[in-house]
Amino acid sequence: MVCSCENGKETDFSLLDNIIEENRDNEGILINVLHKAQTHYGALTPQIQKRISEGLNIPLSEVYGTITFYHFFTMVPKGKYVVKICTGTACYVRGANKLVEQFSEKLGIEVGGTTDDGLFSLETVRCVGACSLAPVVTVNDEDIFKRVSAKEIDDIIAKYK
Amino acid sequence: MKFFRSHILIGMDTPSVLQGAKGVKEALISELSKKGLENEIKVIETGSLGFSGVGMIVYTEGTAYENVTINDVAELVEEHLVKGRALTRLIAKGKGAADVVANAEEKLLDGQVRIVLKNAGRINPDDINEYIANDGYEALGKVLAQMSPKQVIDEVKASELRGRGGAAFPTGRKWEFTYGTEADQKYVICNADEGEPGTFKDRLIMEGDPHSVVESMAICGYAIGANKGFIYIRGEYKLSIERIQKAIDDAKKLNLLGNNILGSDFSFDLEVCFGGGAYVCGEETALIESIEGKRGEPRLKPPYPPVSGLWNKPTIVNNVETFANIPQIITKGAQWFKKTGVEGSAGTKVFTIIGDINEKGLIEVPMGISLREVFENIAKVTKSGKKVKFAHIGGSSGNIVPEKNFDIKLDLATLANANLTHGSGVILFCSEDVDVVDYLTSISQFFKHESCGKCTPCREGTFRLDEMVKRLAAGNGSEKDITKMKELCEVMKRSSFCGLGQAAVNPFLDCIEHFADELRQGVKEEAR
Repeated sequence: MVCSCENGKETDFSLLDNIIEENRDNEGILINVLHKAQTHYGALTPQIQKRISEGLNIPLSEVYGTITFYHFFTMVPKGKYVVKICTGTACYVRGANKLVEQFSEKLGIEVGGTTDDGLFSLETVRCVGACSLAPVVTVNDEDIFKRVSAKEIDDIIAKYK
Repeated sequence: MKFFRSHILIGMDTPSVLQGAKGVKEALISELSKKGLENEIKVIETGSLGFSGVGMIVYTEGTAYENVTINDVAELVEEHLVKGRALTRLIAKGKGAADVVANAEEKLLDGQVRIVLKNAGRINPDDINEYIANDGYEALGKVLAQMSPKQVIDEVKASELRGRGGAAFPTGRKWEFTYGTEADQKYVICNADEGEPGTFKDRLIMEGDPHSVVESMAICGYAIGANKGFIYIRGEYKLSIERIQKAIDDAKKLNLLGNNILGSDFSFDLEVCFGGGAYVCGEETALIESIEGKRGEPRLKPPYPPVSGLWNKPTIVNNVETFANIPQIITKGAQWFKKTGVEGSAGTKVFTIIGDINEKGLIEVPMGISLREVFENIAKVTKSGKKVKFAHIGGSSGNIVPEKNFDIKLDLATLANANLTHGSGVILFCSEDVDVVDYLTSISQFFKHESCGKCTPCREGTFRLDEMVKRLAAGNGSEKDITKMKELCEVMKRSSFCGLGQAAVNPFLDCIEHFADELRQGVKEEAR
């Protein structure tokens, strides 16, 4: 199911309300609800935060504080393809920081940013546990590129254009 | 149940997937159906097999292949599965895996002993029956039928098992605290928020043998009097989450979890929680806060979780690897367990071996092996063939050990006496090609990012540390940066609120001690 939240259109909150309803009486359920909401809506916008806060009867400040604490949660929608560069120690010694610079230059965005056309987001990630293949780049956590070198960057980006 | 004359287990962990395991699996399935063997031979995904490249084991023979590519599949099927002779050019080399995987507890790769990983790569992790066929849930049956909670705790205490998450606290004693605390509700938590850079041992246990964790948590619940457990898994570990969830669901169907387990009056339920990508949540009280749905900031200790943890109830928090030892301690006894390892450090330890070397991967070795033995027998040589310069053990917050000190034994007592830690079990080797100061910048950057911000020494300290290291790396430092860095590290070590800030300084202090000359090279020329 795709959410209908586009340029001023009313967001369909029925699914969010269902998630809230299902979890209302469970203790410590906030993070699970946030996970589900983000998976469905792509980002935890202020509107969504407010609804969760009211629905679960948790102060908005606490909802916001929790979202900003965990890297996983985002308040702005991410690009269609999220490029993540592992910056764990093993990848670092194999030149991950140079990859970050080069990806950033080629995509024209900083780490944490999204291209204007909404196609790419660039992120760094903690060790993905594939240290023998360092440096590692993942796209949408599904496509994984091993031992990435500078000259492969164009090919990787081109794949998703 | 359908009968297959042969099973092929193919390693489907992340590194294998990166090296094309999925394609190999698909090619294998299509090749088998081309030959009309799809009803005779079953292809099963499993966790890491510990081989290089895409690895697989063909049963019933137990022949292990490594570095298999799509182009090899047709030949492999033709030779091994049609003609029945092993394809020698792809057999896992020098590892003797073919003979030994079949008797799993015997030595596997050079110098290895498999207790924790006894089933990983040997059974189908998604099939509870295979786990049961390999003595799975026997330990749970035994404690419910024959042992009192006190006896279970005594057995674990007698085994001298110590926590494998980093702090090395005696597991039996921890359980005893909770056992002895009166409460209307107690909890068992498995800490699977594996986030230490370079570590992937817990993931392999969860992906290769998830039931060992499930069974063990139920045993713990019985021993301490808890009927509810949580497994807190790192959100990025999607496959681990799936496998553990399936294991829980399957165990419930067979009444190995749930109400009145195996007809006893013991009930135990398990739930999976997942993290949101915060390193600090590996700290047990931060993890508890996170399960409660809050920001994962650590709590003031004492009280410790065994007395007051989740929702202020007595709670046991153990690492995945610690739990994975328990079923065999129960079935085979504490004395059997103590036969492996050395005085004060019973059993095995799983290490992930990474860095600037040729043979990388995961090993399970008896406690007491030396760092030099690990390097010479397992890692062998550095990638460039240059001399190995240092090892970084225990993850980012672990210790940097220069080559001259490699004779140190990797058991808990020896490490503790030398003020070192085995931490999460990573060993990262670096050759002379690696610039220590540049290496430190990756670590300072990491901690700056991961400090949760609750306490000042860590929040501010990690920032300043990062600034100093980066100045030195850029050749813009001053002598003062080095002396201040040492001072700051001491302060952070003594006054940080939790283990993150206290341990973050370890690699910096080690470098100041062992690689002072290199740090000094980062001092601006005119300031020297």
